Amino acid sequence: MNAPVPLPSPRTRLPASSEWTIELIEQYHTEIRRVAAEYGLDTYPNQVEIITAEQMLDAYASIGMPVYYHHWSFGKHFISSEKRYRRGYMGLAYEIVINSNPCIAYLMEENTLAMQALVIAHACYGHNSFFKGNHLFRAWTNADSIIDYLVFARNYIAECEERHGIDRVEELLDSCHALLNVGVDRYKRPPKLSLAKEMQRQKEREDYLQAQVNELWRTLPERAVTQSAKANVRFPAEPQENILYLIEKHAPLLEPWEREVVRIVRKVGQYFYPQRQTQVMNEGWATFWHYTIMNTLYDQDCIAESIIMEFLQSHTNVVMQLPYNSPYYGGINPYALGFSMWSDIRRMCENPTEEDRKWFPDIAGSNWRDTFDFAMRNFKDESFILQYLSPKLMRDLRLFAVLDDDRNAKLKISAIHDDAGYRELRQMLSDQYNLGSREPNISVWNVDLRGDRSLTLRHNQYQRRPLGGSIDEVLKHISRLWGFTVRLEVARDDGSIVLAHECKPDKRRLARADI
Amino acid sequence: MIRIVDRRFDSKKKSAVNRQRFFRRFKAQIRKAVADAVTGRSIRDIDSGEKVSIPAKDLNEPQFEHDRKGRWETVYAGNDQFNAGDEVPRPMGGEGQGRGKGASDSGEMQDDFVFQLSREEFLNIFFDELELPNLVKTQLARITEHKTVRAGHTPTGVPANINIVRSLRGALGRRLALGSPYREQLRRAEDELEQLEAEGRADDDPELVALRERISVLREKIGAIPFIDSFDLRYNNRVKLPMPSTQAVMFCVMDVSGSMDEEKKQIAKRFFMLLYLFLKRSYDHIEIVFIRHHTAAAEVDEEDFFHSRESGGTVVSSALNLMSDIVKERYANGAWNVYGAQASDGDNWENDSPKCRQLLEEDILPYVQYFAYVEIRGGEPQNLWREYSKIAVAQTRFSMQQIESVSDIYPVFRELFKKKLA
Repeated sequence: MNAPVPLPSPRTRLPASSEWTIELIEQYHTEIRRVAAEYGLDTYPNQVEIITAEQMLDAYASIGMPVYYHHWSFGKHFISSEKRYRRGYMGLAYEIVINSNPCIAYLMEENTLAMQALVIAHACYGHNSFFKGNHLFRAWTNADSIIDYLVFARNYIAECEERHGIDRVEELLDSCHALLNVGVDRYKRPPKLSLAKEMQRQKEREDYLQAQVNELWRTLPERAVTQSAKANVRFPAEPQENILYLIEKHAPLLEPWEREVVRIVRKVGQYFYPQRQTQVMNEGWATFWHYTIMNTLYDQDCIAESIIMEFLQSHTNVVMQLPYNSPYYGGINPYALGFSMWSDIRRMCENPTEEDRKWFPDIAGSNWRDTFDFAMRNFKDESFILQYLSPKLMRDLRLFAVLDDDRNAKLKISAIHDDAGYRELRQMLSDQYNLGSREPNISVWNVDLRGDRSLTLRHNQYQRRPLGGSIDEVLKHISRLWGFTVRLEVARDDGSIVLAHECKPDKRRLARADI
Repeated sequence: MIRIVDRRFDSKKKSAVNRQRFFRRFKAQIRKAVADAVTGRSIRDIDSGEKVSIPAKDLNEPQFEHDRKGRWETVYAGNDQFNAGDEVPRPMGGEGQGRGKGASDSGEMQDDFVFQLSREEFLNIFFDELELPNLVKTQLARITEHKTVRAGHTPTGVPANINIVRSLRGALGRRLALGSPYREQLRRAEDELEQLEAEGRADDDPELVALRERISVLREKIGAIPFIDSFDLRYNNRVKLPMPSTQAVMFCVMDVSGSMDEEKKQIAKRFFMLLYLFLKRSYDHIEIVFIRHHTAAAEVDEEDFFHSRESGGTVVSSALNLMSDIVKERYANGAWNVYGAQASDGDNWENDSPKCRQLLEEDILPYVQYFAYVEIRGGEPQNLWREYSKIAVAQTRFSMQQIESVSDIYPVFRELFKKKLA
C-alpha cells in the first residue's frame, strides 16, 4: 500500500455504550478528526447541532436550511413527512448537513452512539470536505455567507408580507417556485453571494432595474434612425435559459420589491443546483469516508467491536442496491453507486488488474489519495461516471440498459455488462445524471418588444419526450409574472416548430398594474 | 475543536408558521372537513383532533417536467436474464421493471392529501363557526386548571418569594453556631485578662499584651461572620395542584317530532357540544343523559337521539317530567352538578306550555345549576317561548335564545360563561 494509512498503534479504546453524551461525542469526534487529518481531508470548521425528531421534520420542510422564508408549501411538506414518519412509513435521515462555513451538521437525538459516530464521519468530514473541494460548490456557492443571505431573504420577504399583504407575496412565491428548475444558470458562473454587498446594492439595484425596464419598454417616440435599427433587434439576443433571471430583469409590470423576491428565490435555487448535480459523487464520497474512517479506527483498536458491528449494519443498509425485479426497486441507489465507484477507484489504484490498466492507464497503480483528490475536485455526476465507471463495477452491479420507445410495442435491452456494452452503458448512465437531458430544455426565445409584449418560450424536444401534465399551470404562473401573453413553442427533433400552448394574462393583474 | 450545540430545547414549532400558512390557503376545505366531522362525531368526542383530506390536485406545485412518452433509455441494476438485443413486453400496470415508480407517483397524485388536525386546531375552527369570544375560546381549549397552594419553604426561588422571617431566623442560627467556639474562647480569655489585671500586672506585661491581642483577634473573627448569607435564604414554596375533581350530569332534551329536520338537529347538536365543552372545563367526570320526546318522552342513547326519526305531535312536559324524575332518582344526593339543555323548534301542544313552565320552575330549576333553552326557527315565537319568557325574567339560572344558525348559539351560554369566568 502506498497510501498514508496510519499504522495500528495501541491507543486508548473509546467507551462503547449505546447511549451518547456530549462528552462521548466529543471524544469520538477527536479520534475521527485525527484519522480524517491523517488521510488529508480538508474541511471547513464543524458545528454539530443535536436536534429532536420533530426538529428534523422542521428541517426537512425548509429543505434543510436553518432559516428560510415562510410559505404554505413548506407547511405541506412538513405535514406530509410528519404523517409518514408518525405512521412509520418513513425513517428520518440520520443527519442533515449544510454547506456553510462553519459546516453545520444536524444529529438526531434518537441516534445511538455508533450512529452519531457514523454521522460525524459522514457529514462533518465526508460531505464537508466535498463542499470545500468540489469545483461546482466552489464556483456556485459561497459557504461563508449563505446563512446571512437566508436571514436577509426571510426578513425581506416578511417585510414584503407586512407591506403588501400575505396573499400577494404568496402568489408571487407560488409563481417563482413553479420556475425553480428554469431559474438557474447552467453554464454561466454567477457572482458570489455576499450579504453586505446584497444589502448595499439592493436599493441601487431596485432603482436601476426599474430604470432599465422603463428604458426597454419606453413608449415615447424616438429618433427615426435608432427606431429602424431597433426594429430588427431580437430580444433576448440569445435564447435565455434562465427564465427567472429574464423575468427579474425585464418583466415589464413587476414592482421593484417583486423583482427582489424573484431574485431571492432564484439565488436560493441556484445555491442548491450543485447539490442536484453531484448526488452520486457527494453521497458516495461521504459514504466512502465514513466507512474508511470507522474501519481505520477499528483497525487501530480505538473502537469496540459492538460499535463497529452496529456501524456495519447501518452502512450495509445504506449501500444496498436492490435488483430491478425487486418490488421495492427505486432506481439506482446513489449511495450504492457512489460508494462502489469510489471504492473501485481505490482498488484500481492499489490492486489494478490487466483490464484496469487497459481501461484506466492513468489511474491504475497511482497514488489513490491524489487520484481521489483530483476526481473529487473536478467532476460532477455525469462526467464522474463517464470518466471512472469501470467494467468490473458494471459487472458487479449487473447493469443493463432498457430502451423504451413509444413507437415500439416492446421494450428492448440495448446494452448489458459485456464487452460490447460497457461503453454504451456508461454513456447512458452518465446521461441519466445529466440534468440537461433529465429536465426539459426550455428557454426564452423571443420577447415581442414592439408588438403585444408577449413572451415566447421554446421547448427543444429531446428524444421526442413531451412535456408533462401541469404545463398549463406553469404557463399561468409565468404569465402572472410577465403580465402579458406567454406562448410555448415546441421545436421537434425533426426541426419543425409548433405552437403548443398559449396563456393570456389574468385581467385583474393588468388592471392593478394600470393604477 | 468541534462546536456542539444542543438545539433540542429550542423552539419546537419552527414549522408552525408554515403549517398556519397551509391552513390559511386551504381554509375552505378544512372548514368543511371540520363541519363534517362534527356531524359525524359523538358529543363526547368533540374534544380531539381530526383527519382532514384535501384533493391532491388542489395542492399540486406545478413544474416543467417530462411526460413518460417518447424515447427513454434507462439503466437498471441486477440483470439476471437479459442479453443485448432481447425484446421484452412492456410491463403492465407499471409494476416491476422500475417503471413502477413513475406510475405509482402519478397514481398517488390522484389520492387525497390527508393530514391530522390537532385538538387545538380542530377546536379553533369549531369555535370560529360558533363565533365565540376569544376569552371563552382559550378557556374552553385549556386542558386542566390548576390551583396554586402553599407548600412550605425551599432554599431556592425568585427574590419576590423570599420569606424574611425564615431567612433571618436561619441567619441567626448560623451566626450562633459558627460563632460559639470563638465566643467560648473569648469568654475564657476575658476571664483570664480580668484575673491578670486583678493581680496588678504591669500594662506592658508580655502576657497581658498577648492576651489583649488574642481578644481583639477573636472579636474580629466573631465580627467577620456574615450577618446574612445566601445559605440562609428561604423562599415561600408554592405548588400547582389540579383543581378538586367534581362531577356533573348534563341533560340533553330534544324535540324529535316530525317538524325537527336534519338541519335543525345538527344545530342542536352543536348547542349540546358547546355545553359539554364548557362542563368538561369545570368538571372531571360528566355523565350525559339524552331525553327525546314527541308526545311521549324516552331516555335513549346518543345514536338514537340524533338519528332516529319520529313523527306526530309534541308534548314538551313529558320530557321535563322524565328529566325531573331522573334527577330525583339518580342525581339528587348532592354529589352532582346538574345542567340541562333543551332544543326544540317551539311547537308544543297549546295547553301543555303553561304546565311546562310550572314544571321547570318548581321541579327542575331548584335542582340544576343552569338550564338553557334554544328554539330553532325563523318565524314568530310559539306558545312555549312565551311561557318560558316569563321564567327568564325572574331566574338567572335560566337562559333562552331563538336561533337560526350556529353562530347564534353562544349568547345562550353568555351568562353561564360570564359567571364561571369571572
